[in-house]
Amino acid sequence: MSQPKALLIGYGNPGRGDDGLGPAFAERVAARNLTGLTVDIDFQLMADHALVISEHDLVIFADAGLGMTAPFRFDELTECVPQNMGSHDVTPEAAVALAQLLFHSAPRAFVLAISGDCFGDIREGLSQVALANLDSAEAYFLNWYAEFCADIKPAAPMDTVPQTPG
Amino acid sequence: MSEPRLIEISPVTRVEGHGKVTIHLDRDNNVDEARLHIVEFRGFERFIRGRLLWEVPVIVQRLCGICPVSHHLAAAKAMDQIVGVDTLPPTAEKMRRLMHYGQVMQSHVLHFFHLSAPDLLFGFGAPAEKRNIFEVIRENPELGRRAVLMRKFGQDIIEATAGKKIHGTGAIPGGINRNLPIETRDAFLAQIDQMTDWAQDALKLARDYTVDHAELVQSFGAFPSSHMSLVRADDGALDLYHGVMRAIDDKGATIIHGMDYNDYHKVFIEDVRSWSYMKFPFIRDLGPNDGWYRVGPLSRMNTAKFIDTPLANTAHSELRALTGGLPNNTTLTTHWARMIEVLHCVEKIRELLHDDDLQGTDLVAKGERRHEGIGVIEAPRGNLIHHYKVDENDQVTFCNLIVSTTHNNEGMNRAVKDVAVKHLSGQDKITEGMLNHVEVAIRAYDPCLSCATHALGQMPLQVELFDADGGLIDSVAQSV
Repeated sequence: MSQPKALLIGYGNPGRGDDGLGPAFAERVAARNLTGLTVDIDFQLMADHALVISEHDLVIFADAGLGMTAPFRFDELTECVPQNMGSHDVTPEAAVALAQLLFHSAPRAFVLAISGDCFGDIREGLSQVALANLDSAEAYFLNWYAEFCADIKPAAPMDTVPQTPG
Repeated sequence: MSEPRLIEISPVTRVEGHGKVTIHLDRDNNVDEARLHIVEFRGFERFIRGRLLWEVPVIVQRLCGICPVSHHLAAAKAMDQIVGVDTLPPTAEKMRRLMHYGQVMQSHVLHFFHLSAPDLLFGFGAPAEKRNIFEVIRENPELGRRAVLMRKFGQDIIEATAGKKIHGTGAIPGGINRNLPIETRDAFLAQIDQMTDWAQDALKLARDYTVDHAELVQSFGAFPSSHMSLVRADDGALDLYHGVMRAIDDKGATIIHGMDYNDYHKVFIEDVRSWSYMKFPFIRDLGPNDGWYRVGPLSRMNTAKFIDTPLANTAHSELRALTGGLPNNTTLTTHWARMIEVLHCVEKIRELLHDDDLQGTDLVAKGERRHEGIGVIEAPRGNLIHHYKVDENDQVTFCNLIVSTTHNNEGMNRAVKDVAVKHLSGQDKITEGMLNHVEVAIRAYDPCLSCATHALGQMPLQVELFDADGGLIDSVAQSV
């Protein structure tokens, strides 16, 4: 199989503290110009992302995570069951299901949830905890993506990643 | 005879941000009180203080992930005044208008097809598992496809005019920082006939629903109110980007006629109530009981004398004829009004794309520096006011925002009460379908309760029923 056409969607509101983890991750990855990877940054996942999702072989959703014990989680979406949607709460599962339903094409999809610490306040910048978690997530993702492209097969889904120092 | 009960719906689903509804039942299960509470953090005005005037139109987009363009443009208009510019170069004004029409179009399309269509097509009381966009698409896949492609068209226009989808930089104090390249214009023109056809089809859907469900529409969240919006200064036409303020009462009598929006603070005042973070604006001279009003698409249909694009104007006339030319004081007709505005936006986009000014190179005007600026536009959900004061170091010292949802606060509360009384009173068992009626009333206003964080792992809707002693006797998790 040739180089997959990959898409990274980093979403969240950078004006709401650690909710900006998704865009921050996407900006870091975009700066690396990885082969075959298109980066999209948005405030939130929306129904119309279904179209661009359907046009790719591989999609990675990057968002902030709440209530997590690990710095990040990286899981493949195995069952994209249609769910109800709100104006700002389209889930990755719903977006992929919508791509399948509307455009008859659903790529392999992964969700990267990076643990955040400080949400809600109108505040720019990430917390120290979030920055450390962002570093860990970035390092993991870069290795994973390189291996994925080399092997054209995914790494095992990670349920738990050990806490990184500091 | 049972004890008084309290029902809470928190947060409201398919509504941007955080809100909850509480419904108090008396001992006979009649609705005693129903309120929409906004659990909103209003820290933005403080956050913006100290910022440089040049960065404000970009930073304010962080206020809301749903309508960032509205805040971008309202702030830019205010900053125009501060840099002493009262008239923009034609290219700048038309690029901003193009951006705004793209924004309103895509916002309305999202609301109608993805948020309201399930309720309208399957019924407010239909089973929750049926009442979602995926079921709509299963029954009518073409509808869903069109919704996505229409929204993409609007988003692409935003990207072409603002620079990017998130944190656009297009509008700057005194003008715009780009024009529209010919090849981009031609790409949009190639789609415009299709968009017009689809907008007309969507309009027909909304119109037919309203007409076919006349009895429901006339009784669901229908109550007399005043209406307020910008209208075009010289002839009272619908104008979403710029104009003067007009307010009418429920019978159509003029309350505010052609007021310069720089005087907004002399006419409007905001009331505070202990049970909501969101303020309740009203017209000062009329007082809080009589001076409240509604804003948004239906209010704009009521305040505008006509629409300056032919297809939308025909639809506007038909909507107005429904009430004999008097203001339409229902809630559900808002969907029809919203689709008229989609068609209007598509028509205006076509008009602008054929205007050579979009390829002009005179992008920014200059003037004599001032210390205060006010920008007002008609955002998708209604009137939006941005007001700033800036010191000699170009730093913001004062910021006041009145967003559409705040304007509509009293109206939404009245709608909640009206629907709760009609659909919940006297019922022994409150079902999810009954509660959805209340949400339908709120959703019709498309409230944006501030850009909530939306990180993975948040709670779904919880509906909780309490007895008179505050004990939890029932709890329902709404679908999300």
